[in-house]
Amino acid sequence: MPEQDPKIRSANFEEVALGYDEATARQEAERCLQCKKPGCTVGCPVGVRIPEFILAVREGNLPKAVEEMKVKNNLPAICGRVCPQEVQCEGKCILTKKGKAVAIGRLERFVGDYELAHRTCPLTAAPATGKKIAIVGTGPAGLTCAVDLAREGHKVTMFESLHGPGGVLVYGIPEFRLPKKVVFGEINYAVECLGIDVRNDHIVGRSISLNELLEQYDAVFLGTGAGLPSFMRIPGINLNGVMSANEFLTRVNLMKGYLFPNYSTPVKLGKKVAVIGGGNVAMDSARCSQRMQAVQAKQTGTEPGEVHIIYRRSKEEVPARAEEFHHAIEEGIICDLLTNPVEIIGDESGKVSKIRCIRMKLGEPDDSGRSKPVPITGSEFEMEMDTVIFALGTSPNPIVFVDADGLERTKHGTAVADPESGRTRKQRVWAGGDVVTGAATVISAMGAGKRAAADMHKFLKGEATW
Amino acid sequence: MYKILEKQVLSDVTKLMVIEAPHIAQRAKAGQFTIVRIDEQGERIPLTIADYDSKAGTITLIFQEVGQSTMHLGTLNAGDSVASFAGPLGHPTEIENFGTVICTGGGVGIAPIYPIARALKQAGNKVISIIAARNKDLLFWEDKMRAVSDEIHVCTDDGSHGRKGLITDPLKEILESKKENIAKVWAIGPAIMMKFVSLTTKPFNVPTIVSLNTIMIDGTGMCGGCRVLLDEGAKFVCVDGPEFDGHKVDWSSLMSRLSYYRDEEKAAVEHWKEHKCKLDKAIAEGGK
Repeated sequence: MPEQDPKIRSANFEEVALGYDEATARQEAERCLQCKKPGCTVGCPVGVRIPEFILAVREGNLPKAVEEMKVKNNLPAICGRVCPQEVQCEGKCILTKKGKAVAIGRLERFVGDYELAHRTCPLTAAPATGKKIAIVGTGPAGLTCAVDLAREGHKVTMFESLHGPGGVLVYGIPEFRLPKKVVFGEINYAVECLGIDVRNDHIVGRSISLNELLEQYDAVFLGTGAGLPSFMRIPGINLNGVMSANEFLTRVNLMKGYLFPNYSTPVKLGKKVAVIGGGNVAMDSARCSQRMQAVQAKQTGTEPGEVHIIYRRSKEEVPARAEEFHHAIEEGIICDLLTNPVEIIGDESGKVSKIRCIRMKLGEPDDSGRSKPVPITGSEFEMEMDTVIFALGTSPNPIVFVDADGLERTKHGTAVADPESGRTRKQRVWAGGDVVTGAATVISAMGAGKRAAADMHKFLKGEATW
Repeated sequence: MYKILEKQVLSDVTKLMVIEAPHIAQRAKAGQFTIVRIDEQGERIPLTIADYDSKAGTITLIFQEVGQSTMHLGTLNAGDSVASFAGPLGHPTEIENFGTVICTGGGVGIAPIYPIARALKQAGNKVISIIAARNKDLLFWEDKMRAVSDEIHVCTDDGSHGRKGLITDPLKEILESKKENIAKVWAIGPAIMMKFVSLTTKPFNVPTIVSLNTIMIDGTGMCGGCRVLLDEGAKFVCVDGPEFDGHKVDWSSLMSRLSYYRDEEKAAVEHWKEHKCKLDKAIAEGGK
């Protein structure tokens, strides 16, 4: 798929991957072998009818492709962009063995974008059931659950704590990976078609509690994600210039800080940025940092500066998607691997000036199966830095558990829920996505939302008891 | 959209607004705050609840025009709306009958201290209030504070109203007089005022609650931009606070963090003024 040149794209917030035109899409669709027992569908967490939609693309029948897609996936323009296809559908494609899988993700995106532009297959709802459902959180899990239940004819109300729906798709994933007009396009389309009520600015646990929701609704789904950032327990984390990836990405993405002062939220970034962590959020933070530096250098007529990723394991263990790590390197991010911060040092004004790190080596595998990084004695060194961004993973926000007796939590703060049905330990409450699993992927949250919706529907129809 | 139902100009730079927000008013309690975003381009700013009416479904805010967002908000009038209004956020003030308490409110901090003083009074406390501002124009709600206080002291820095002096002057006298046992002190206002109230009460070992207003984005624990250093480590003002033990707060770190975006705030104000100037001109010309 055509991409923006790394040199050019690292200075703008436009989408990196440019997408297929119809001719290229049809050409790629030709490669699909239309397997009798398709591995791709098995590899998809929501079981998209992949050979069927690809066949329709090949035949040039795009409305049919959309129809096939929407049997299982209501948000294809989003999934086509952010799913880790290499370990899901494409990983199971028979052609992988012969060299290169069919580019299922790119085709999915092509079909999704076609539908956003042409609206050939509006979602329709079954006759009203009279049942009322509250969905808490409007990220991938909540959205998927809401759409599936609304299609069954239930009256769905979504509660969002921020000023607009989308959750991590809006505040977390950057514009250059997932343009916000695509997210809002998908959400608005579904919400309009199905008459879903979206209540922004409602913090469940503060504005209204889970127990109160249960008085007003027949069933509740919690898809509140994992929004609470972690900081390392090292000296200096409260210095100016130290922030969580959540803060940085929210300033840039949700608040459009890269358009300051036309948008009022500033992003303060120095010339030497250290991002701590090796996951997708770390890659997003590093790549956003570089783009912000370019924007600010242009405004001030100075040099842009540099961005480091500091990760305690080696390249092989980097938890980010291969494509994201590759993109980051391509764009000139400096990787300090097998390195771990031990202290952030400030200047007299209380602002970050240096970071002290220690070199690591890989030891025995730990609980996660990955080699445990061990500090090398006497290897401490300092690097000049003026900004430090922690991208060390997130945990569920505890606010939703306020006034929600019976909703059990694990010691990691995640909600206890059945992985198949999504049922929590509290009657008429389901949960799915990061609030249950801890920070994971968009598509796994969508899968959980989908499975919970199926179980909720059965329960509401009286086909299943609690 | 949330409609502004009433606006009062308390001073050139201090405005009161009553905003329609049943979802916040239903559960709002003294000590909590809200997040306001004026329009699509706006930032999310935390504003403490000055009053609430659960029956009418309204929230009263009082704010001082110190940055671009509050200046912009100050130009809105009754009938206008704000795009986003979220809350109530943070923990409510713990209210019980402690005995005799002192409520200190400095500047725009008089607004959020009012519902706390009222709730403390209703709970049976003897409430001594001290309110202060730089000058007479910046003082407001003296009558409302008087109505919920057993004793009230009013100070201005320049002596233009009440006693000339700082908020800590009467506070120190009351503590030194030892006429009665002071169970607790609340302080809300600029960071520097809360710091000095805390320093004043420390030698007397009187528990002192401060309500911090730090830089925030979401207000729900997501960004962590509001972190404050306490004796026991970093806490989030939005979800762990906004009230903290004033004797445990690292004030120099807090004040340094509060000033971090000063240049950007200045740039935002200049940009907004320029934009507003152009807009006003265009409207004036369009009117001709």
